[in-house]
Amino acid sequence: METRILIAGFGGQGILFMGKYLAYIGMSQDRQVSWLPSYGPEMRGGTAQCGVILSDTAIGSPLVEEPDILAAMNLPSFHAFEKSVKPGGTLYYDSAFVAAPGTRSDITYIAVSATQTAESNNLKGLANMVMAGALLKSLPGADGGVIETAMKKTVPERKREMFDANMKAVTLGRAL
Amino acid sequence: MSEKILIKGNEAIAEAAIAAGCRHFFGYPITPQSELAAYLARRMPKVGGVYLQAESEVAAINMVYGAAAAGVRCMTSSSSPGISLKSEGLSYLAGCDLPAVLINVQRGGPGLGGIQPSQADYFQATRGGGHGDYHIIVLAPGGVQEMYSYTRDAFDLADKHRMTVMVLTDGILGQMMEATATENGEQTADNRQEKPWAVGGVRGERARNIVNSLYLKPSELEATNLSRYEKYKQVEETEQKYDSYLLDDAEIVVAAYGASSRIAKNAIDEARSKGVKAGLLRPITLWPFPKKAFAAAAKKARAFVSVEMSMGQMIEDIELSIRCSRPVTLCNRVGGMVPDPAMICEAILNANKEATA
Repeated sequence: METRILIAGFGGQGILFMGKYLAYIGMSQDRQVSWLPSYGPEMRGGTAQCGVILSDTAIGSPLVEEPDILAAMNLPSFHAFEKSVKPGGTLYYDSAFVAAPGTRSDITYIAVSATQTAESNNLKGLANMVMAGALLKSLPGADGGVIETAMKKTVPERKREMFDANMKAVTLGRAL
Repeated sequence: MSEKILIKGNEAIAEAAIAAGCRHFFGYPITPQSELAAYLARRMPKVGGVYLQAESEVAAINMVYGAAAAGVRCMTSSSSPGISLKSEGLSYLAGCDLPAVLINVQRGGPGLGGIQPSQADYFQATRGGGHGDYHIIVLAPGGVQEMYSYTRDAFDLADKHRMTVMVLTDGILGQMMEATATENGEQTADNRQEKPWAVGGVRGERARNIVNSLYLKPSELEATNLSRYEKYKQVEETEQKYDSYLLDDAEIVVAAYGASSRIAKNAIDEARSKGVKAGLLRPITLWPFPKKAFAAAAKKARAFVSVEMSMGQMIEDIELSIRCSRPVTLCNRVGGMVPDPAMICEAILNANKEATA
C-alpha cells in the first residue's frame, strides 16, 4: 500500500517540519518513505508545500501530484490543490482559514481547528502538529508507540521542551 | 552502517565525502545545491577538515586543482551554471591526470535558467565539459542512499584512475529526503592510495614532482593524449554500471537515469498493468555509458524509450550503443518541468504500437 500526502500552506507554518514528522511515522512503521519540499522562491516567504510518501514497497517518483491526503493549512492552498486530491481521498483543512464548503462529492472533507486549538492551549506556532495529529487517523497503525518514536527522531531529545510541546499538539490533534 | 536517518540528498553527498576521507572542500552557494556546502561548513571543522568558501566557482575548482595536486582527497560542488564556470578547471585536472570529485545538482538551463530540476547537462558531463580530448567518470545516483554510496565510490574511482569523477544529480534528488544509512564519518578509515606523483613538502628528501598540463612539443602532447586514452579504454571496459527493473522479458525498454528513472518505474508498472511488457534499464555510469547492457537488451527488445529532463541528449548514446538497430523515441520535459508517469506510460504504449505495426 502507498499513501501519498501533500501538505501546503504559508512559509513559516512548519509545513516541512510536519512533513518530516509524518515521514518518521512511516519509518517507525518500517515503511519506505520520501519527503520532497518546494524549494523555489517560496522558501523566502509565500506558499510552502511538501510531498510525503509512505509505502510498503520501493517508492518510484517522489512527486505528489494526486495526493490521497491533502492538508491545506491556508485558503490559497485549499483552492490550489482541492482539485488534485485523488477520488476517494481526504482533504484536511484548518478551519481558521477555510470557511467555504468543498466543491467535490468524491472526496472526504475534514475540518480541523488546528490554529484555534494550538492557540487556546498555549501552543502558538504548533497548528501544524495539531494538524499532523488529526491526520494520523488516516494512517493505519499510526498510534501508541509509533507516535512517540517518530517524535523522538524528529525533535532531538535534548530539546525536551520542544519535544513535549510537539507531543502535546499531536495528542490534541488526535483527539479532535 | 548506522540506523537509518532521514537526510536530504545534498546532505547525504556531504556526509559521504567525510566518510570517504575527504577533508578539503571548496564551495560556492547556488540553488539547489546550497545545503551541501552549508552542511560541510558545519561538519568539516569538526573532523579536522578544511571548508573554504571560495570567491567564485572558478576559484573553487582551481583550489581543487591545487589540493588534488598535493595528493589529498578533495571535492567541490555546484549546480549547472556553476559547472560551466568550473569547466576550464576540469580540463586542467584532466590534463594533469589528477583525481578529484565534483558534484552537479542540475537545474534548468541554458544560461541562468531556473532553479527547478533538470538533466540538461548530460552532454556537458559525459563529453567532459571543457576543452581538449578528455573524459570524466560520471555517476548518476537514483536516490538518497545511492547519493551517499556513489559519492563514496567516486573518491575511490578518482584515485584509482587519476580522473575527475562527477556525481550528476538534480534538484529533486538533492532536495528530497529518504531513509539513509550512513557510516560514522569520524571513524571511517581513510583509504587513500599512495600518491607518489603528488607535489609538496619534499625538503630535499626525494626528487621534485611537477604537475603540469603544458606540453609545447606536439609529439609529447600527443603521447600524453594517447596514454590517457589507453586508460579511458580500460575504464570503459571495467567500470560500466547499470541497474534494471523488470528488464528480463521487456519488449519496450525504458532508459532513464536519476530522478527520471524513478518516475519511469511508476510508468512501467502502469504499462505492465495494460499488458505491455516494459522494463527499465537505468545507467548508473553515464560515462562510461553502459553500452554492453544496452547492446544486450537490444537483442530482445523491440523498441527503446529515452526518458529525460533534457531535449534528447542521452538518446544519442542509446542509439550509438545499439547501433540504431531498434527504434528509440524520446519522452521528455525540460526547463524545470518533470515528466509524469502518465506521459511516460503513453510513450511506452505508443512505442509498443509502432513496434507491433
